[in-house]
Amino acid sequence: MDILTILAESARSAVGPVAAIYALAAVGLNLHFGYTGLLNFGQVGFMLVGAYGVGISVGVYGLPVLVGFAVSLACAVVLALLLGIPTLRLRSDYLAISTIATAEVLRYVYRAGFAEPLTNGVYGLQNLSAGFRSINPFESAERYGFGVFNFSGNHLWVMVATWSLVGLFALLTWMLMHSPWGRVIKGIREDEDAVRSLGKNVFAYKMQVLVLGGVIGALAGGMMAVHQAAINPDQFKPQVSFFLWAILLLGGAGRVLGPLIGSVVFWFLMNFTDGLLRALGSEGYLPFLSGPDFGAIQLAFVGLLLVLLIVFRPQGLIGDRKEMLINVK
Amino acid sequence: MSSDETTVSGAEDRMAGVEPVPGVGKPDPVLVADGVRRSFGGLTAVDVEHLEVQRGTITALIGPNGAGKSTLFNLLTGFDRVDQGRWSFDGEAINGRRGHQVARSGMVRTFQLTKALTRMSVLDNMLLGAQRQYGERMAGALWRPGWRKQEAANTERAMALLERFRLLDKRDDMAGSLSGGQRKLLEMARSLMTEPDMIMLDEPMAGVNPALVQSLLGHITSLRDEGRTVLFVEHDMDVIMGISDWIVVLAQGRVIAEGRPSDIKSDKQVIDAYLGAQEDEAEAGEGDDG
Repeated sequence: MDILTILAESARSAVGPVAAIYALAAVGLNLHFGYTGLLNFGQVGFMLVGAYGVGISVGVYGLPVLVGFAVSLACAVVLALLLGIPTLRLRSDYLAISTIATAEVLRYVYRAGFAEPLTNGVYGLQNLSAGFRSINPFESAERYGFGVFNFSGNHLWVMVATWSLVGLFALLTWMLMHSPWGRVIKGIREDEDAVRSLGKNVFAYKMQVLVLGGVIGALAGGMMAVHQAAINPDQFKPQVSFFLWAILLLGGAGRVLGPLIGSVVFWFLMNFTDGLLRALGSEGYLPFLSGPDFGAIQLAFVGLLLVLLIVFRPQGLIGDRKEMLINVK
Repeated sequence: MSSDETTVSGAEDRMAGVEPVPGVGKPDPVLVADGVRRSFGGLTAVDVEHLEVQRGTITALIGPNGAGKSTLFNLLTGFDRVDQGRWSFDGEAINGRRGHQVARSGMVRTFQLTKALTRMSVLDNMLLGAQRQYGERMAGALWRPGWRKQEAANTERAMALLERFRLLDKRDDMAGSLSGGQRKLLEMARSLMTEPDMIMLDEPMAGVNPALVQSLLGHITSLRDEGRTVLFVEHDMDVIMGISDWIVVLAQGRVIAEGRPSDIKSDKQVIDAYLGAQEDEAEAGEGDDG
């Protein structure tokens, strides 16, 4: 067993395409929950419509990848409106329930028999990355980087594109939150009735945020489609939303860089615990466990780390403890 | 307090000749409500036949717990929906409007349980009250030069109000760090940022320490003296009798009496319905029907 190799491999994947995609989706969730207080437990639903927007456009209709992304964004806007119109006027816990349900319903619809002509049902869609790779400025077969941080040209292209989007939307978040618009948004998080009593159309603001955060989630889904080249509905289970929540709380909700740092640390921990368990297992230190058990133990282990975080650092890694400690009532 | 007395009598002049009977017409009403009804299940919380509020006065809304004061407040300000009824503000029908629309038309409210936005600075709380901000539109927000000047002007106005409400040195503190009384002051100052014609105060003295009560009273009368109309719900009879120009008494959702403080003090029905019961009920508050 080589602990250094495991560490290096974990560090490599902490900045890799998957971490970037989750960071992007978490930037959207940060707008929803971190700034506005919208309890969206169905961010994966936006990723799903985003991934299939690209997947169906590219894989079924053979359209250019950029058209696929445009379709993704349109789907996300429609989903946000459908979700928001009935629920945003209600108390925030209703949004929590309906988002988690909506995301699951979407998954079942996309994998259903009647949707097969478009989605290919449970088998999903394949060969989705050719268009994206055709505009790859790097050599796809070549490896780039230094030391352990080396990636194939294809992965590097996904990373550059996705981390750039993360940076772009983090900047957008910063600009919005340092404006009067952001002040209204933070006010809504504190007490929407107070904001309403000052003449602000709270519903319209929440809808704007739901759409914007959803669109960012859909972009992350689209990047997932071109990264993996193949998607199927069962990748978009509720646990993806929970990972995003873990990332957001780990990094610090309501902080511009929270999702970014959260994703890097989260995927480092995920890969490190996974690698460690596997290494221990192969050395024979875990005789009572077999291969498939590692996944469950690993999730429990990550869960434990997150619980410790909530207990000892509830504001997340870069959150503001002073802000956390103020009695919200 | 001597200066207050002269202004009280000034406002009383406007009410001269108005009969102290429920639903009486006022010479220059800013708010006129007709047939406002709201029931929760089988319980009729509010059933107001006719009510007028005179412009430029301090009108108190009193009544025993559960009389429907807070519910009436919520209805008039668009924070709850009526079963039926019409009301107009400044000659314009505003029934059916939502809370933010009512606020935009110049009738702003505060809350019984103070709603200071605790994790925002005092100054940010104030700036939220400013209306028609270019930077509050999503697209406009990204174009800083478009709203910077307006923001500076709003900040200046906010500072002046904070000065007036003795909160200026707290401007960068989180609103959550203020005391209960200071939060009431902040809420009042913030509502003034909207430049309202009428201010609806829901129990402005609740939970405020006695030392601050006088200062709050001074602020309320100064609102009237600026020409604004104040309608407030309160339990403390000394406060009510001391600063009100007109008092409206609600019981079981209906207006059972209205008049000058002197009329109300001697009204048999009021004494039965409210004043006699005040001792044991004043503490309980009215959270149950809001």
